[in-house]
Amino acid sequence: MKFGIVVFPGSNCEHDVYHVAKHLLGHEASFIWHKDTSFAGVDCLVLPGGFAHGDYLRCGAMARFSPVMGAVKQFAERGGMVFGICNGFQVLTEAGLLPGALVRNAGLQYICRDVHLRAERQDTPFTCRIKPGSVLTIPIGHGEGCYFAPDHVIQELETKRQVVFRYCDPTGEVTADANPNGSLHAIAGVCNEKGNVLGMMPHPDRCAEEVLGRAVGMRQFDSIVHAWTVARRNRI
Amino acid sequence: MATIREPEVTRELARQEGMTGEEFERACALLGRTPTFTELAIIAVMWSEHCSYKSSRMHLKKLPTEGPRLIQGPGENAGIVDVGDGIVAVFKMESHNHPSFVEPYQGAATGVGGILRDIFTMGARPIASLDSLRFGAIDAPRMRYLVGGVVAGIAGYGNCIGIPTVGGDVVFHPSYDNNILVNVFSLGIARADKIHKGIASGVGNPVMYVGSRTGRDGIHGASLLASAEFDAESETKRPTVQVGDPFTEKLLLEACLEAMKERGMVVGIQDMGAAGLTSSSLEMAARGGAGMDIDIDKVPLREAGMTPYEIMLSESQERMLLVATPESEARVRALFEKWDLEAAVIGRVTDGGRVRISWKGTTVADLPAAALADDAPRYDRPHARPAWQDEVQRLQLERVAEPADAGAVLLRLMTSPNLASRESIYQVYDHMVRTNTVVRPGSDAAVIRLKGGTTALALTSDCNPRYCYLDPEEGARLAVAEAARNLACAGAVPIGTTDCLNFGNPERPEIMWQFVRSIDGIADACRAFEAPIVGGNVSFYNETEGKAIHPTPMIAMVGLLEDVRAALTQWFRNAGDAVLLLGEPGGSLAASEYLAVVHGLEAGRPAPVNLKAERAIHDAVRAARDARLIVSAHDCSEGGLAAALAECCITAPGGAVGARISLDATGRLDALLFGEAPSRIIVSATAQNRPRLETMFRAMDVPHRVIGEVGGASLKITVGKSVVVDLDAAELRTAWKAALPLLLRKPA
Repeated sequence: MKFGIVVFPGSNCEHDVYHVAKHLLGHEASFIWHKDTSFAGVDCLVLPGGFAHGDYLRCGAMARFSPVMGAVKQFAERGGMVFGICNGFQVLTEAGLLPGALVRNAGLQYICRDVHLRAERQDTPFTCRIKPGSVLTIPIGHGEGCYFAPDHVIQELETKRQVVFRYCDPTGEVTADANPNGSLHAIAGVCNEKGNVLGMMPHPDRCAEEVLGRAVGMRQFDSIVHAWTVARRNRI
Repeated sequence: MATIREPEVTRELARQEGMTGEEFERACALLGRTPTFTELAIIAVMWSEHCSYKSSRMHLKKLPTEGPRLIQGPGENAGIVDVGDGIVAVFKMESHNHPSFVEPYQGAATGVGGILRDIFTMGARPIASLDSLRFGAIDAPRMRYLVGGVVAGIAGYGNCIGIPTVGGDVVFHPSYDNNILVNVFSLGIARADKIHKGIASGVGNPVMYVGSRTGRDGIHGASLLASAEFDAESETKRPTVQVGDPFTEKLLLEACLEAMKERGMVVGIQDMGAAGLTSSSLEMAARGGAGMDIDIDKVPLREAGMTPYEIMLSESQERMLLVATPESEARVRALFEKWDLEAAVIGRVTDGGRVRISWKGTTVADLPAAALADDAPRYDRPHARPAWQDEVQRLQLERVAEPADAGAVLLRLMTSPNLASRESIYQVYDHMVRTNTVVRPGSDAAVIRLKGGTTALALTSDCNPRYCYLDPEEGARLAVAEAARNLACAGAVPIGTTDCLNFGNPERPEIMWQFVRSIDGIADACRAFEAPIVGGNVSFYNETEGKAIHPTPMIAMVGLLEDVRAALTQWFRNAGDAVLLLGEPGGSLAASEYLAVVHGLEAGRPAPVNLKAERAIHDAVRAARDARLIVSAHDCSEGGLAAALAECCITAPGGAVGARISLDATGRLDALLFGEAPSRIIVSATAQNRPRLETMFRAMDVPHRVIGEVGGASLKITVGKSVVVDLDAAELRTAWKAALPLLLRKPA
């Protein structure tokens, strides 16, 4: 399959995602420059981490005006897989592809460390290889990762099962201490209603190899490949 | 020559620009006339201590700068070392001390920006940074603000540009109360055949200005801020601190690397760091034996009305000077436009070796590039051992009371500013971006894998200012030895060193003596570990109102691991593993952290290092690692054996583990537990491997002994027949982690 990695000026994890897609999964991967207005033959779009346009305004607020975003929206509307990691998640919320917003961490500091996540649902293309309730240890690296949305939006997310990952303790319990940034409902990742667009603050691209300590992040990328394989088989 | 209205050039004006009368006369003799105002400014900054190394150059020659892997030694923007498979590592360390004291956030941020440009200007992609910070006592005026600002500045710049900050070190000591140190190291990698240098050649080739526009910020950063000591007026120097923009630098980095990837596009390239356009144009011309005609009307400016003087001296960040070819000029321009960056042809390369600057049709400067570098003043400044040196080296231990409760002392040490966990600092640095960080901050050395192969690099930085103050030569030797030991503890072989030499005012003989002795120590030790100096930086005038910092020759060392999977960490892993000490158990209380923290004493001579014995121990650890016989390795440094054991128990990311340790009683208990000495490493090994390990160490003839085993809930140390320390490991870990945030919290 083919991964398309959207590169904004200031993206800085595009090579990390490329490495996973190309060298660890052995699939095709290419960069899509933010000034491009179209792309072809892409099966999964990834919006990588970084500081798009420097993030001098609200994170992702400038990136949503990048020429490429029109094509990203169309791709999502057609049901294409769109995966936003960290800054990519911020861009997707700013662009209206995902609900809510990412605001300054509760502790007001950037945090780079491992956290625990509880996987909440398996029926998305990004989690089909992960059992619900599994606890994943994954790194975060962000200053503005506190998930926020009005009460009714949060309620709707919960009702429609759009919360895909929650911060939890090592046993899977959602506790205040285990929430690194003050996110409402300990939300670490959400998807759209259809489930084909996922945004998450933690970095599965940073833990996809044993040499980096653990390969748990690979389960998400394997899920994407699996979903693509199944979809292709069904089409045929 | 110039028709613009400029001040008359006199000795007095030269003095205001930072030149001595003698230097002014030297400049007049070199030109055969009185310099113009702009020329005076250029010469003054080129001959400043910061740019010319006039007080240090003759001594720096003593440093070993050759080795089998060394490709580029000192003199370029950064040093280059071969790491195999056609890949080279490009690295350097630099200081940004004075700017960071005046304006901590921007000072530290632009320090990071500057060192990164030094790396990518050579065609290498930066992949990791370290920061060595020296702060005053936490309660000193402004200190919490300075710590917060510096750490935030490093994070702000490094995180945004996406280069992981994987380690470094932080020391608090009152000698830095009025002059903190911010030393920044960065390392990049490149294909050996893609290396570029700061050289101007090819008559007629276009000289291009790329990056941000030039503003009025940072003027006189090099000459007046970095090359003079602080006084009560230092606050007024705030405008000389530059302002950083990591986003623009990220664009510049990508654009420059893209340009250099294409063969023949870039002839030479250099960043506009200290002294901006002045030093980049003159140094590039001098290295190429060429000249340049520069029309500064073409320089992209942020504001109208800037004078040639200001344009030439601006230290605006995120700018590079690049020599292209007539054929590649249009492509370079298009490439930088893609990244929304300025690219302007501001001149041509000429023969004859003169750099001529014109402005509005008149020549405002006409200088011989090579002669200006070659004929720069060189000083053999007088150096003399200060009279007080003997006094501070005297230590009367009989007046130092032995502690009643060694466990309480250990807890106190582990929660003191210099031993407490650095987690609250490195957690705000993105240390994982680029997905190469195999050993994260918090172990003896960080380990970075090189993608596409099996090799990895280990990085560390070290310098104990107390050792260096009490014995400058031995202190410098110990700093190098500790760096090499930290690399050995990660399983790596040293391949190169960069130093950042921070001292007081070199015009004072006692400071110059500290400097000269330190160089001797570094040279000696770098030879012993075959870790040549690939480049570095000298930072003098680190003093305020006549009071100098402790001599601080910061050492950053790079090591190579052939197999990344064999990288070692410092913490114990499994209950039941044997704990062995390589080296001798007893340490010296002289110059120890224990004496300073518990008894308020800074005295004695640090225990000297036997470089041969030290190296033998490193070799033994690496051999044991290669044979897969050890599980962990940790250097014994500040706080002595007891602190090192505590670190083995409590620093693992996953949680604490206890250990039962038994030592023979020898002499003073505090010296046994908290005394410091080089050449000591704690290793752990499975019970099964222990006999083979001991056989191996015996065969290699390195001193070693089994001192206990991993396990239990507490760190329990028995000396002779009495239990002297029994601390719950989990509680100790909690206290150790909480200590620094508590200390840094503003007092109510």
